[in-house]
Amino acid sequence: MRLNRHIPLVVPVLLFLGIFYFYPLISILLMSIVPQGSLEIGKLYKLISSGYYAGVLWFTTWQAALSTLLTVIIALPSAYIFARYDFKGKALIQNLTTIPFVLPTVVTAAGFQALLGPRGIVNSVWIDLFNHEQALIRIDQTFWFFLLAHIFYNFTVVLRIVGGFWSRLPGNLLEAAQLLGASRFRAFATITMPLLMPAILAAALLVFIFCFTSFGVVLILGGPRYATVEVEIYRQALHLFNLPMASALALIQIFFTLGLMVFYTRLERKISISLIMQRSDEGAKKFSSTGTRLWASVNFLIMALLLGAPMVALITQSFLGEEGLSLVYYMSLLENRTGSILYVAPIKAIANSVGYALGATMIALVLGWIGANFLAKSKDRWAACLDPVFMLPLSTSAITLGFGFIIALDEPPLNLRTSILLPAVAHAMVAFPFVIRGILPALRSLPRNLSDAAAMLGASPLKIWLTIEWPLLRRALLVGAVFAFAISMGEFGATVFVVRPQTPTMPLAIFRYLSHPGSLNYGMAMAMSSLLMITTAVGFLFLEKLRYKI
Amino acid sequence: MTHDSFAVNEDLLSQFEKELGYKLKILKSGDAGAALNQAILSKKNPLADVFFGVDNTFMSRALAADIFEPYVSPLLERIPDRLKLDPSNRLLPVSYGDVCLNYDIAWFNQKGLRPPQGLADLIRPAYKSLTVVQNPATSSPGLAFLFTTIGTYGQDGFLDYWSKLRGNDVYVANGWSEAYYGKFTRARGGTRPIVVSYASSPAAEIFYSEKKLQKAPTAAVLSSGSAYRQIEFAGILRGTTKLAQAQKLIDFMLSPGFQKEIPLHMWVFPANPQASLPDIFVNHAKQSQKPVMLSPQLIQDKREHWIEAWTERVLR
Repeated sequence: MRLNRHIPLVVPVLLFLGIFYFYPLISILLMSIVPQGSLEIGKLYKLISSGYYAGVLWFTTWQAALSTLLTVIIALPSAYIFARYDFKGKALIQNLTTIPFVLPTVVTAAGFQALLGPRGIVNSVWIDLFNHEQALIRIDQTFWFFLLAHIFYNFTVVLRIVGGFWSRLPGNLLEAAQLLGASRFRAFATITMPLLMPAILAAALLVFIFCFTSFGVVLILGGPRYATVEVEIYRQALHLFNLPMASALALIQIFFTLGLMVFYTRLERKISISLIMQRSDEGAKKFSSTGTRLWASVNFLIMALLLGAPMVALITQSFLGEEGLSLVYYMSLLENRTGSILYVAPIKAIANSVGYALGATMIALVLGWIGANFLAKSKDRWAACLDPVFMLPLSTSAITLGFGFIIALDEPPLNLRTSILLPAVAHAMVAFPFVIRGILPALRSLPRNLSDAAAMLGASPLKIWLTIEWPLLRRALLVGAVFAFAISMGEFGATVFVVRPQTPTMPLAIFRYLSHPGSLNYGMAMAMSSLLMITTAVGFLFLEKLRYKI
Repeated sequence: MTHDSFAVNEDLLSQFEKELGYKLKILKSGDAGAALNQAILSKKNPLADVFFGVDNTFMSRALAADIFEPYVSPLLERIPDRLKLDPSNRLLPVSYGDVCLNYDIAWFNQKGLRPPQGLADLIRPAYKSLTVVQNPATSSPGLAFLFTTIGTYGQDGFLDYWSKLRGNDVYVANGWSEAYYGKFTRARGGTRPIVVSYASSPAAEIFYSEKKLQKAPTAAVLSSGSAYRQIEFAGILRGTTKLAQAQKLIDFMLSPGFQKEIPLHMWVFPANPQASLPDIFVNHAKQSQKPVMLSPQLIQDKREHWIEAWTERVLR
């Protein structure tokens, strides 16, 4: 392989991944697979002796594929509406769709339970109003329940990544095709779809990896009859202490996603087309005909039912005390009833979460920007190898990595095990693949000759960047920032291992309330969840404002 | 270093820090299993000096990994012998509590059904679809309840009991929160009035109620053979550079001052009987007179086998 001249560009990313990803990961894998310098095969025997683990891998794969397919199908029409139409509250609605991303699974479960549970709103209405004996919906601990939750969580990924890209596809291409006699369908199938494909694939890949490594959703909503590879890793590592098995499974998970990524990167390189993008607000129209209005309304209704209703149910619960409307749960958050040293005031928890999230967002944006730039500029094997590597943190089990941190980052100068920086670093690592996938389609579509022409005309690199690249990439970068922020606000799995107990994040505080009995604890968990949603929404709006400022 | 459920009074701790002349740093590392595993993994370069939160189900693993220093605390003699499970004194008992069935009192009153008296009731037809338990493969009370059935029905009989329980439509949730806050009738939308929880849960229901309740809305079933005793231990991590201070911290944790704070912070009983109990515990938290206990060694040897057999019988 010839050395790529862009390699120095990407050194910071490689360094970061080397220290915080590969070093801990390899340490834990080595330690658990060859603990005393010899391979412990005995504990791995079951991996192949029974068909169980093959079954788990197969189930993990097809449920992820199905979840991804459904998410894309359901979110694509909405992406179109957000890309092509201009309407009141557009930015706000788009932000609201991203909030599910931060909700801990237990809380999401409570939201769905309030709607669809045996005594939820839907079944109560069905039984009381229509005098039926049996509940209408019995979704609890079924496959459908966690499929629904996967759509709930990932809808926004497709909406934002595809929608953002779509809004900048030049509309005149389509008009030209129609002028030349192509039907609307033909124009869509032969022009829009091929142009859109890189963004759809990028979004689908992220959704797939998320569902493939799904943990809480399957554990809590699917119940004990379903297990993904990640759930199995958790069981093996924490409850059976079969670390060789947990590590072997983690490796399988990594290699599986690596294979998928290699396939994806090849595909992506083949299908990306460069063209001059328009500014995102140029092509948006107002709803004009009754048909488009109806079409949009149906879409909004689906979004309201799928995404809005569970969240509204949660917020309602946080205000509903035993005797009707009350602020008792919010007031209780302010009270340290036992004088505990680990009590955290809501404002402190908010500050902790936002602090970590801002740190993680900054790191993820910088690294993602560097990484994506490198990938867009180089088309050789280096880039083809590194692209899948950049995605690995997203597909690595949080437990495995958490254990890795503990044993690897334990000596100066890397004695970071209890450092306040570690949560932000851990979050950034999960978030930065998102930033890369978010901006790469836009970056790839930037026509090279545009900058070359500008350079020929005497523009400085800075000027080229400011006037050509930046305006076109701003939106993509914002999408990356929003996801990085959201991932950090909601992250739980790795946070448990790395956060200091006196500075818990909001999801951790929710988890603490839900680990003791008492109606007040449940109510406080709902109140804290509502605060988490509101804080996240405010954070998004702030990021959005920032975009118009810069 | 400890697990998620640890908590202590702020004033008490700062007072101890003053006496000791050191600042204490608390580290939490996930649930009890996760925390212990991390302590074992980091044994070459320990994360902390003292570890609290090894329970009797994980005890053999901790002792086999040899991560603790023996320490005969002068306060050990005040602690009842039935709680001391480690003759080498590497792990010292700090607290204990019972995992048992809880039921919703109002629900049983309303239906005119007698509340469950023990495990045998759960498989009677009148109790069909009333019980929610946790998966022993993913939950610590779930595992404790599995041990209860093994202690009561024996290693040869417990699987048959579970077959009958399955036939009676038992609901298996993966964790305590999903069971208690999702399926138990005390939770909004729950439909099952019997849940596996702790003997102290009725007291916690009162303490964390919106209005001041006089009587607990739930009750614990503590008849002979229906509860499992969990004992939590603390130990000094091998390789500590601050042995004298670590010993002082252990003494502090066994002293009445710390021990009397245990109930309301961690919802278990203090190991030192000299610690006075808060009123809410005296009135509403009971202990089983004849709890089930399995030997740590037996658990270590059979845990995986039992969990797999259980999974095969109840879930597949």
